[in-house]
Amino acid sequence: MTLDTTPKGSMNSTPLVEVQNLKQYFKVRKGMFSSVDLKAVDDVSFSIKEGETLGLVGESGCGKTTVGRTMLHLLKPTGGTIKFRGEEITEKNIYDYRKSMQMVFQDPYSSLNPRMTVSDIVGEPLDIHKLYKTRKERDARVQELMELVGLNSEHATRYAHEFSGGQRQRIGIARALAVRPEFIICDESVSALDVSIQAQILNMFKDLQEQLNLAYLFIAHDILVVNYMSDRVAVMYLGKIIEMAETNDIVQNATHPYTQSLLSAVPIPDPETARKSKRIILEGDVPSPMNLPAGCSFCTRCPVMTEKCVNELPPLVDRGNGHFVACWNQ
Amino acid sequence: MNSEDKRLEQDLTGPETDLDQELDVDLMGVDPVYGDQDLEVDELPDHVKVFNRSKFSAQVDLSKFTLASAEDKEQHIQMRPPSTFLKDGMAKFRKNKLAMASAIILIFIIVMIIIAPLLVPYSYSDIVTVNGRRDKTAKNLPPFHYSELEQQAIEEGEKIFPHIFGTDELGRDYFIRVIYGTRVSIVVGSFASLIVLVIGLLYGSISGYFGGKVDLVMMRLVDIIYSLPDLLLVILLSVVLDQVLTKAITGTILKSVGTNMISLFIVFALLYWVSMARLVRGQILSVKQNEYVLAARSMGASSGRIIRKHILPNCMSVIIISTALQVPSAIFTESYLSFLGLGVQAPMPSLGSLANKGREAIQSYPHKLIFPSIMICLIVLSFNLFGDGLRDAFDPKLRK
Repeated sequence: MTLDTTPKGSMNSTPLVEVQNLKQYFKVRKGMFSSVDLKAVDDVSFSIKEGETLGLVGESGCGKTTVGRTMLHLLKPTGGTIKFRGEEITEKNIYDYRKSMQMVFQDPYSSLNPRMTVSDIVGEPLDIHKLYKTRKERDARVQELMELVGLNSEHATRYAHEFSGGQRQRIGIARALAVRPEFIICDESVSALDVSIQAQILNMFKDLQEQLNLAYLFIAHDILVVNYMSDRVAVMYLGKIIEMAETNDIVQNATHPYTQSLLSAVPIPDPETARKSKRIILEGDVPSPMNLPAGCSFCTRCPVMTEKCVNELPPLVDRGNGHFVACWNQ
Repeated sequence: MNSEDKRLEQDLTGPETDLDQELDVDLMGVDPVYGDQDLEVDELPDHVKVFNRSKFSAQVDLSKFTLASAEDKEQHIQMRPPSTFLKDGMAKFRKNKLAMASAIILIFIIVMIIIAPLLVPYSYSDIVTVNGRRDKTAKNLPPFHYSELEQQAIEEGEKIFPHIFGTDELGRDYFIRVIYGTRVSIVVGSFASLIVLVIGLLYGSISGYFGGKVDLVMMRLVDIIYSLPDLLLVILLSVVLDQVLTKAITGTILKSVGTNMISLFIVFALLYWVSMARLVRGQILSVKQNEYVLAARSMGASSGRIIRKHILPNCMSVIIISTALQVPSAIFTESYLSFLGLGVQAPMPSLGSLANKGREAIQSYPHKLIFPSIMICLIVLSFNLFGDGLRDAFDPKLRK
């Protein structure tokens, strides 16, 4: 089953990044010889245009991070294809694509090597891809990158532990930008930060997007952050995308019961509005990803579950306007 | 405006960005213009107005804040000179008195074994001579005593270097023998730890980095070597190697080093690398989990570069420390092998063989046991304390 997940209106141009039927199964040992597949990512398809942000939300363990890592071949995909500007990325040519696709990591504390100075960290991609001729050129590029992310370029000789969380995340972003990528995967890049710092970093991501025409895959579990950042949002549940649409569309007409409950769980800063809104509380347990139900993976917790849901897997279909939903009851 | 407000304001803005844009965190993407509310906003106080804008808005009330002046900002910039891991560790190490004292003792001993043979006019293998004649009366002298011939020579106005530790049963100066013994012990200790380090580092890093089946096989081999009784094996190996090596090295430079010395190194190389390999493997397994290793991979770094630049530097402190702690244990092993007669070859002394000789004459000449024993204790103790101090100063896990 191949889905055309390109949003309407952009049909004429090839998307920057296209993921088709991506699968990532992990073998989990059960006894000496038998093993079970843990389906971390199962048949995920989406595409991202140039300069666009796709938000990816879902609860812990639903495979968001695995999608990001598999796209960069940090994990070998079990199945499916990843295309960049129409060219398929394979184990062999991934080295060249590492210049076009980069990643900003979640934890600003463990994602920077404590034994390296900032200029070493930011300059490492330059070293690996040999993107400079002279030492001077390298230093100039590092300075430029540090200023781009709002860091004092005098701090290039310092070590990562001398910076605060927000500054460290800026270093991580500068490192990702060093090779002039066109596409950046932000893997929960702000979830380890303070709210006020989050705002700074998010705004910086937006500024950089405008300046450098970057496309983002913005992975987060905070639906507020994703909504602020993204042009489109994809909601994941147990390794599958269950709903994908334009951001406003998803906020206003969430169709899938899981998306509805996710949105109802968003904390509202104003107590009066909060009292008026109804919270949808899900019952039941998340099934084990090693033993998924034959039908819809959400059927164990779904408030509108029918018999069809238990037996048949709902396909992700376009309900018009590029709003994709995988649910039998819509 | 009190200072707390100022600080909050500082946090929210950040130095480079425009204030309005920074604070406008309207997370729902809803039109951030004030108009689309049904509420009678005019009757409400100012700060409530802002909060009613949108359901999910995280808008902050701007009226509570004022812009920080350049002076305010200046107050929050606290520069400290950039510090490196090494500088931090050294500062911490210098505060540790015990470790510093042992470092000084170690330096003193090392300087001694280098310069003492140049200053003392005796040789470790030759009997004391007076005016070119062998002095057969200079046997088993107590410290700072002279033999009859030497007494005569002094009376005739000659200057004779004192026997600081006395002499041994063959009339050789004991001080220079202890110095040479220390030399042998420290050289054996350092070289053995170096061999252990190299083998353990290579083996452990391959096993830890590649993991999986490679790791499984390599670590079972380590387990097998680990389960052999080392003292028994050391003795067996020394005996066997002694015979094999004697034939192999005749006529080469290695002859001067002596078969026993070489077999000692081989014994260490074969047996003691296993604990180092385990330690390195464990360190690498834990360092490998860090996101910066993943980040390096996502940049396209090769395995070699990742091990060299990211993994090893982060386990180096633990490895160096345990190498420092390996030195005394190697010295100890060398000492007991020499004590058992399997160590270095006579007439070359080692602390262990000196102690063994001293033990035979313990009742008549106790100083012959006491001096080498004190030396062993001093070296082993100070290496241990030095290693402990290094660990306290450099191990990131013990940092407060």
